[in-house]
Formats: sequence, structure tokens, C-alpha cells
Amino acid sequence: MIKIWSIKKDNSSAEKKKSKISAAQIRVQKDLTELALPDTMQMSFPDESDLLNFNLSITPDEGFYRGGVFKFTFNINNNYPHDPPKVRCTQKIYHPNIDLEGNVCLNILREDWKPVLNLNSVLVGLQYLFLEPNPEDPLNKEAAEEMRNNRKNFEYNVKQSMKGKDVKGVYFENVLS
Amino acid sequence: MMAATLMQTDVPTPEDSDSSKKVWPGRWSHINKILDRRGPFCDKSFSPGHGEDILLNQCRVLVIGAGGLGCEILKNLALSGFKDIEVIDMDTIDVSNLNRQFLFRPADVGSPKAKVAAEFIMKRVAGVKVSYYHGKIQDKDDDYYLGFHLIICGLDSVEARRWINATLVNIAQDDPERIRVLIDGGTEGFKGQARVIIPTVTSCYECSLDMLNKQTAFPICTIANTPRLPEHCIEWASVIQWPKEREGEKMDTDDPTHIQWLYDVALKRAMEFNITGVTYSLTQGVVKNIIPAIASTNAIIAAACCNEAFKIVTTSQPYLNNYMMYIGNEGVYTYTFEHQKKDDCPVCGNQSAFLDVDKEITVEDFIELLKEKPTIQLKKPSLTTDTNEKIYWQSPPFFEQRTRPNLEKRLSELVKDSGTIIVTDSTLPISLNVTVSYV
Ligand SMILES: [Zn+2]
Repeated sequence: MIKIWSIKKDNSSAEKKKSKISAAQIRVQKDLTELALPDTMQMSFPDESDLLNFNLSITPDEGFYRGGVFKFTFNINNNYPHDPPKVRCTQKIYHPNIDLEGNVCLNILREDWKPVLNLNSVLVGLQYLFLEPNPEDPLNKEAAEEMRNNRKNFEYNVKQSMKGKDVKGVYFENVLS
Repeated sequence: MMAATLMQTDVPTPEDSDSSKKVWPGRWSHINKILDRRGPFCDKSFSPGHGEDILLNQCRVLVIGAGGLGCEILKNLALSGFKDIEVIDMDTIDVSNLNRQFLFRPADVGSPKAKVAAEFIMKRVAGVKVSYYHGKIQDKDDDYYLGFHLIICGLDSVEARRWINATLVNIAQDDPERIRVLIDGGTEGFKGQARVIIPTVTSCYECSLDMLNKQTAFPICTIANTPRLPEHCIEWASVIQWPKEREGEKMDTDDPTHIQWLYDVALKRAMEFNITGVTYSLTQGVVKNIIPAIASTNAIIAAACCNEAFKIVTTSQPYLNNYMMYIGNEGVYTYTFEHQKKDDCPVCGNQSAFLDVDKEITVEDFIELLKEKPTIQLKKPSLTTDTNEKIYWQSPPFFEQRTRPNLEKRLSELVKDSGTIIVTDSTLPISLNVTVSYV
């Protein structure tokens, strides 16, 4: 039982030692410091004191996209982990699940996000998109159709796009750096 | 001869109350019926006959939010004998509030909610003092919140509730004298909940974050390729077309021209796919994630909150332990249960430890100590100061490289005596706050 009437106002301001770090911040800190980043992923923080906005690059070592460097921005709001991180691809790439504006179709970034998921789950999900593009859930319909109907052609298109060449008149960004 | 019968009433008419702010006989007889005698459920500390004094003269209560719930809460408190009330709200009155936020009149549109609500209550209920602050809860510091005995929240924002919850838990940490009870009410359409949070003792708001109804999100591929609902078209306009056509421009869901743009784009798309039902108000509802507010739900939840406040302050009855949910969609259903504290709650799940260490100890040796000490036993601890400076982080490599030079430094160069270090580690549910003393 709380005896709230014994509560008296404490005026000692020396007591203000407690951190003013928000819950979202602490959760992101926990997620980040426990990440097991594979060699194929690199993270950078443009403002080192801002953990909520950072960049990720993925360099797949197998699959259609081997050899490319794919760049994403992560934007986490103060409602994390209630809200999922916002992830965008900053390059124009040819991928069934990523549109030309950089929107990413990954279920856990939207409809299947849950607070028990963490940054590691998102990274694993993104990694998987490059190893196993999913033409059944397309954001770039042409790329998805090509992948379904003619894998050889699709593979060729991916290679062309990664060199910065055009695929059916659309120019992509050179990601082979 | 007829004798004049004098009817004695407890409740003055509005005209009376405005002129006579003083207390008249029997003013609080309705609450004294509960507080003047001991009942079977009273707490041991209850002493009959003093309740009125406690409520009227001692208890300072803070109400956060003067919207749908807040108006009800303020009215209930004032009529239950709370005399010293403060209300915070950052909003101004909109014409659409008037159907349920009954302390406001058409002439008040555009004025601060907190101010108008406070003035209305003082005018209507004699002898009650309501002060107000028109602004954000984040503007106020710990001392401000310590100045109240009780805080009641009637907010519609998850973010604001997380903030006040974290602040109150933080204030109470390590010192039970600084515990301030938080009563949180929330409604969403026909559903609502009321809960009593005793910071650091019971489960907190953050502990139950995963119970919140998630806002409906549609798969982005559906939005992009196979829209079937008007909502899909609106989401397409806001999620895909806005960044494409208005690149770099921040969407402001309170700006009518932005809503109009989204509406026009969504409507065009809906026509392409033969979808009906895209309207301006649906557009606004979807992008702002609005669930219609129901006045009766607000009234029920506010009543529950104020009942708890009354019981806690007067100790006249046992209070809610600790979560009551109300569902009014189909019939009336309520369920009460004890929500459990979560070990990995980032707000109240933080463990703390006190360590005496050699003042010459290096960061590297201190980390070894955290791994070896039998009472702590961490695997790969990462350390941050309580002012948010990184001491040493194990991951990601970006920060590992930048903080590695600190390993050789003395801990005392980075953390002052009796300073606190926030430690995260995969073996910890959330974090460990280690306070160090140098010897
Ligand atoms: Zn908690």
C-alpha cells in the first residue's frame, strides 16, 4: 500500500542524476549494440549522436545481385518499437520488391511489424530480399514478371542495371563500386 | 396558515455559484456520506471524518489533456471534492470538438483548451481552483511533476503517454518517497481502458505497449498493384505518390491543402480501378489515423479514472489493480486484470547496481569486471554514460572502431564519481544502470 500522504516534496536538485534518454533511444541502443553484422553489411551514422537516423549498405556475396553495393537509409521515430523503422533504398535499382523511388516491400516493415522484432530482424529481411527476390509480392511489376517468366533474361537485366545501363529504356544507378 | 417550507439543496444554480465562491452548509455532504464513516473495505490508514479535508485542502492533482476525456475528468474531479487542480493541454479548440468536449462553446473556437476548460470549471463549480498550462508536457521538469500527488492522463497520443510514464518512473527510481501515482485513461471508438500505474511498483505504460491496437497497415505491394479498398488508394497517394511527386516536402496532415492534394490523387486512382468511397474526410481519417471519438466511451473511462483517484487519495476503498478494459462495440463488457510488469521493459525493467571500483581502473578492465563479477556476469557489455556519451560499444563496427581508443583510458576520465553507466548486453532484458564509486 502506498502511503501517498507521507510523500513530501523533495527539493534536493543534486538528485537529478538520472538519464534523460527516451525509451525509444534505449531500445535502439540495445538493438544496435547487440547487432551481429555480417561482412556483407555496413552501417554508418552521419550524425554520430543521432542513433535514430543512419545508413546501411548491403554487398551481397551470392545471388543475382552479387557484387553490387546497395544503399538504404533508416529513419526511426520516437515511437519505436511501437512504430517500425522507415527504410528506403537511396538508389534507383532493378528489383522486383523495390520500386524506382526506393520503397521496399518487406512485410515486417509494415503490416507484420511487432514491437518484439528488432533492427536485426529488419537487416535479415533486407539481406534476404537480395538473395531471394520474391516475384509474388511485386513493387516493380516488370521486374517481377521478367523474373517469373524468364529467369535468364531477368538475370541479364539485373546485371545490366547494376552497371548503370538501361533496362527497357529505364536507366539505373551504377552500383558496382 | 401555510408554513413556508425551506428546501435545502446541495447544488447551487449556475447563477448562485458565480456570485458566491464560498462554501455553504452541506456543500460536500455527498462525499462526506462516504468519508465520514468506516466501511468494510476501507484501508487501515483510513480515518473517518478527515476525507473532506484531504480532498479539499491537501491534494493537488494534475490532469493531462483537456480534450474529450479531459473535459469529463475535470468535471468529475471538481464535483468529487478535489479543489486544487491543474490542467495541461497544448491544443486550441476546433469546431469539431464541440459535440463532445462540453466545456467549450462556439465562441471559444481558436482559444487554448486548457484555459477555457479551467475557467469554465471555476465558473460553474464554486470554490474549486483550476490552474492551467497551455503547452507541451515536455516543457515541464521533474520538480513540476513532483509538486502533484496524483496525475491523471486523458491523452490520445501514445508518444505523450510514453513520455509522462517514463518521466514518472524515472523520478521514482530509488526513492519511494518520490512515487507519484499515474492514472491513465484511453479511448478508441467504443473501446477504452483505465489503469492505475504506481511507478516502479506496478507494470507501467511501456510494459503494455505491445497490447495497443496496431494501426492498420496495408502491404505496400497491394497498395502499389492491386488496390481494392478506398483506403488502399489513399495510402498509395500518401506513401508512394507524395514522396515521388513532392520530393523533399514534408507532409503536414493538419494542412488542408495537403489533404486536398492527397484526396485528388487518391480519387483519380480510385476511378482508374473502379473503387468507390474515397472522400475528403476518409482521406483525412486514414492519413491522420483517426478513430471516431465516442462521447459515452469518454464518459465511462473518465468516471473510472476519477473513481480511482478518489479511492487512492481518501483510502476509503481499495483501488484498481491495475487494468480495466471496457468494450462497448457489442453490448457492454468490462474486464479487470493485473497487468504484469515486464522484465525487458525499457522504462521500468532497467536493473541497477552499485560498484566500488579502483579509481585507476581502465575501461577495458572495468568491462572484464562486469563479465566476471558473479552478481552481474555479462557477455559483451556496451557502455554509455548517463549523458548519452558512448564509452565503449561492441557493435555496430562503426561505433566499435570509434570507441575502441577509450578502452585504454581510465574510467574516471569518462565517468565522474557516483556517476551512472548504462550497460546493454544480450544477457540483459533491457539495460543495467551501474553507479560507480571510486575508491
Ligand atoms: Zn514498464
